[in-house]
Amino acid sequence: MNIVVLVKQVPDSGSERKMDPADNTVARAAADNVVNEIDEYAIEEALVVKEAQGGEVTVLTVGPDSATDAIRKALSMGADKAVHISDEAIKGSDAVQISAVLAAALGQLEYDLIICGAEATDSQMSVMPALLAERLGLPQLSGARKLTVDGGVAKIERQTDGGYWAVEAPLPAIVSTWDTINEPRYPSFKGIMAAKKKPVETKSLADIGVDASTVGLANATTQVVDFAGRPPKGEGVKVTDEGDGAQKFVDFLAGQKIV
Amino acid sequence: MAEVLVLAELNPAGGGVRKTTLEALTAARALGEPSAVVIAAPGTAAGIKDALAEYGAATVYVAEAAEVDEFLVAPKAEVLAQLVQEKSPAAVVIPSSPEGKEIAARLAIKIGSGFLTDVTEIAADGTATQVAFAGSVIVHSKVTAGTPIYTLRGNSVTPEPAAAAGAEQAVSVSVSDAAKGAKVTDRVVEQKSSRPELTEAAIVVSGGRGVASAENFSVIEGLADSLGAAVGASRAAVDSGFYPHSFQVGQTGKTVSPQLYVAVGISGAIQHRAGMQTSKTIVAINKDPEAPIFELADFGVIGDLNTVVPQATELITARK
Ligand SMILES: Cc1cc2nc3c(=O)[nH]c(=O)nc-3n(C[C@H](O)[C@H](O)[C@H](O)COP(=O)(O)OP(=O)(O)OC[C@H]3O[C@@H](n4cnc5c(N)ncnc54)[C@H](O)[C@@H]3O)c2cc1C
Ligand SMILES: Cc1cc2nc3c(=O)[nH]c(=O)nc-3n(C[C@H](O)[C@H](O)[C@H](O)COP(=O)(O)OP(=O)(O)OC[C@H]3O[C@@H](n4cnc5c(N)ncnc54)[C@H](O)[C@@H]3O)c2cc1C
Repeated sequence: MNIVVLVKQVPDSGSERKMDPADNTVARAAADNVVNEIDEYAIEEALVVKEAQGGEVTVLTVGPDSATDAIRKALSMGADKAVHISDEAIKGSDAVQISAVLAAALGQLEYDLIICGAEATDSQMSVMPALLAERLGLPQLSGARKLTVDGGVAKIERQTDGGYWAVEAPLPAIVSTWDTINEPRYPSFKGIMAAKKKPVETKSLADIGVDASTVGLANATTQVVDFAGRPPKGEGVKVTDEGDGAQKFVDFLAGQKIV
Repeated sequence: MAEVLVLAELNPAGGGVRKTTLEALTAARALGEPSAVVIAAPGTAAGIKDALAEYGAATVYVAEAAEVDEFLVAPKAEVLAQLVQEKSPAAVVIPSSPEGKEIAARLAIKIGSGFLTDVTEIAADGTATQVAFAGSVIVHSKVTAGTPIYTLRGNSVTPEPAAAAGAEQAVSVSVSDAAKGAKVTDRVVEQKSSRPELTEAAIVVSGGRGVASAENFSVIEGLADSLGAAVGASRAAVDSGFYPHSFQVGQTGKTVSPQLYVAVGISGAIQHRAGMQTSKTIVAINKDPEAPIFELADFGVIGDLNTVVPQATELITARK
């Protein structure tokens, strides 16, 4: 069972994130960059499947040089090797373009299963599995809270409002995982040491056969025109409960015509 | 006037379209004349046609076939792409549910367009507004390739009726083998609630780790019921087993944007804010005066939720 896990490096969602006024893109260079949190669940799930069925787990990432940190994390958790697509021309690409780059890179890899996170915390689009399924002609098993792989068939529970849908597809297929699917392992000291020796192949757009004039900010299918911080809320009212807190709360609601 | 296709989203519990469809029809009017597209099992359109017409659908395209629901997402994207090719609309507007975003993504590849997700507003020139980074940044963006595709975030536009003809037009459906990859074998509802749906509710009352137990969530439910509100929960409350995951509000849970959001025993971590920051009015009840949730609150009560919330519930009930 060969599995490719898609891992994205993102600015830490727990710290302040900024846009770059020079070109209206995410300020990634100065940010506190981490592995997209939900991708750790995708990595964990790939390792679980590999441990049960054998095979290899390959990490694939598209991102600047700094994204090697995200790769190291995945390798130290237990992935076997990595492919890093890095090219100046990619900067500022949108979802449609990144999916073309990922699809081209996947075309040079052997896989039975592609696993990615259900959502990146920077863009919160939740579209990469659908984009890749469309481009590669693969079945889309997205939004999983449970995955079982057996006899060439993958089955998921797709998390929905108040329940789930059971969805199944023959392999190869692309699966995306929510943070309800497992509990990601912490890299062990041994894992961290071993990761340093694992192969990481860095490829340019030319290496994967993507024409540089189809990607990047200048050729994107969407464009950020401008951005602004959300206007700060006016100072709110704060009361300390001294037996009358509930009454003041209800008075506030009445003032807003809510009750 | 230019035609704008609006994909209808059905109420999963049956009984008509979701409010998000009426919001999408309303938003689409900024760009042209909306036509609704119903891609669903046979017999669906009859029950929703009137609502679609009432909210401005000049035409209702009816693409009914059992197959479109038997496989995940791909068949619906295929039918929509076929319609876009036939009608050359000025734009496509889709409600921003998980499925809606995935349909938009596949459609974008099929027709060679760009797409914008979770937009909160669409201007007449096609510029859309998006809220980024847990609600801290407002972005204006445009589609620069092909027919613009937008997914509209729920509760960001107020649905306004604008009666139109709603002329029904049948669309023949033939789902390709390629779109039959992922088969839906079962749809399971685990939580039935008599309360309003979280993402559509006008008022949401959420409890966090401070609620301290599953049993004690009855305090939250009590306040919610006195206000006719939906119940939400923080991830800490969900992870502690106090409340089911499908009620989680935040970055990896639901995004809500109600008239009133009441955060009870919730500290206000950035990942929680991501799901509720755009609520119109925010009230926080927390015993820690330093809790970051107070930075967002229009009204805050520093106090023990176990005394303040039951008292408030009683006072609200007494007013009725
Ligand atoms: C605030 C914001 C808003 C944006 N809005 C839009 C928009 O409306 N339209 C648009 O076209 N683009 C938009 N973008 C750009 C777009 O999000 C990025 O181009 C991005 O790389 C596309 O994937 P995603 O992160 O949204 O994917 P998601 O679908 O959210 O991510 C799902 C998974 O895909 C995998 N993945 C995603 N990117 C990579 C990668 N580079 N390498 C490896 N694996 C990856 C990861 O496993 C991830 O968990 C936006 C970006 C930001 C920051
Ligand atoms: C990738 C990722 C995704 C995440 N997604 C989400 C998400 O979708 N939603 C989400 O909510 N979180 C999410 N989180 C978790 C988030 O970081 C916080 O851990 C979480 O929101 C904390 O929940 P809480 O406020 O209920 O708990 P705490 O932070 O523990 O706060 C409890 C609060 O209750 C107060 N309190 C305690 N007892 C009482 C009392 N008797 N009366 C009044 N007040 C009391 C305390 O003063 C405290 O402020 C995510 C984290 C990560 C890393």
